[in-house]
Amino acid sequence: MMNRKTTEILLIGGSAGSISVLLEVLPHLNDHLSFPIMVVVHRKAHPESILEGLLGFRSRLPVEEAYDKMTLKANYIYLVPADYHLLFENKQMVSLDCSEKVNYSRPSIDVTFQSAAQIYMKHTVALLLSGANTDGLEGLRYIAQQQGTVLVQDPDTAEIAYMPQQALLNLQVDTVLKPEEMASFINQLSTNY
Amino acid sequence: MIELDIVKNDDMEMLLKDISHLYGYDFTQYSKASLKRRLNRICMLDKFASFAELRYRLIHDGAYLSRFIEEITVNVTEMFRDPHFYATLRHHILPILGTYPFIRIWVAGCSTGEEAYSLAILLKETNLFEKTLIYATDINPSVLEKASKSIFPLNQMKQYSRNYILSGGEKDFSSYYVSMYDVAKFHSGLSSKMIFSTHNLVSDSSFNEFQLILCRNVLIYFDKDLQNKVFKLFDDSLQPFGFLALGAKETLRFSNIEQRYKQWNEDRIWKKIS
Repeated sequence: MMNRKTTEILLIGGSAGSISVLLEVLPHLNDHLSFPIMVVVHRKAHPESILEGLLGFRSRLPVEEAYDKMTLKANYIYLVPADYHLLFENKQMVSLDCSEKVNYSRPSIDVTFQSAAQIYMKHTVALLLSGANTDGLEGLRYIAQQQGTVLVQDPDTAEIAYMPQQALLNLQVDTVLKPEEMASFINQLSTNY
Repeated sequence: MIELDIVKNDDMEMLLKDISHLYGYDFTQYSKASLKRRLNRICMLDKFASFAELRYRLIHDGAYLSRFIEEITVNVTEMFRDPHFYATLRHHILPILGTYPFIRIWVAGCSTGEEAYSLAILLKETNLFEKTLIYATDINPSVLEKASKSIFPLNQMKQYSRNYILSGGEKDFSSYYVSMYDVAKFHSGLSSKMIFSTHNLVSDSSFNEFQLILCRNVLIYFDKDLQNKVFKLFDDSLQPFGFLALGAKETLRFSNIEQRYKQWNEDRIWKKIS
């Protein structure tokens, strides 16, 4: 199905309709993944975001909001905070950035995906979920150019099909996944399974 | 639309050294990932087809430097940004500062001045305005010039008014400005206690002693070493029991001065305790 490239980061991007997918997938993830997971979802800027708690409650892996100059750890799920872009400084460290919105979004999925691709190159894996805009498309294209792995949610299973549909129309996608297939797919990316 | 990736890491290092040597602006300890995006962005905005063209222009056209600095630094800001933070200032921090005969506040990295004007409004409403001076500084002279004019885009006022109300403001926000075409001109009284000055957090030293320093969403653009250096600068510039306020995702935790500061509840405000 795919040649084995070590996965060094898993990015998950989504917008409208993506939280329910995360809630379905997270409980089934192995709790000894060999890479970190960075989740970029569009949400309203809100200081005490409940998303971290909501996802953490469902996940066997620790779920944390990413903070500036944070050291990444394997087997952790990080959420990009509302109203900031997240960039990778190197394979271990991230930065936050509150520059202009991209695709009317901050965080922007494109920004984080592109930044990851520059650092992790072909070892980047990205999954784009349900959503109503095209944020994420250019980022996926960039990851594909670096020989990373591009995954999208099966539009037929998406609450809002537009985002994954645009990816399928415009890009060479490695694998299309239904929500019930995602956890096992992610688990087998790990070298620790 | 994301930027093309035409600036390579080595190019960037070289350019930063040039700028430092030629003009004395040292960006070498800025966060690389952000800075690279800004360099790619300026290539796109100013239509440089290659990195070499940007470098040539910078080296040979000293007048271009101000444009470069304006675009390389992030100037995204708003009034009453993070309303809860301003509510804490209004209800808890300013009443403490009010016990001093004279209040000095430093807004470091003030950009176009939105936070300084928010503070001025708070000070007016807590009757502390007359005994306060707000020092608003930035690396970039052109944003300071904008800030000093008290003019902001009118289309932002709905958002700012909402922030103001969420932060505990009880007046009609529009009473602070007059609308003219597409701009809001804030009453000149508000800036009468502001001192605008260029200050580079990287290279300039402490210039006064303050009871409150605001530096919000500036340090995220610096690497860890530079962050610590700037924390030291703030520490040198804060009176005992003074307050340091950072951005919503910035922290004194893990810094060199952490031990001598106490965080104000969950807010991004730290009190200097020793």
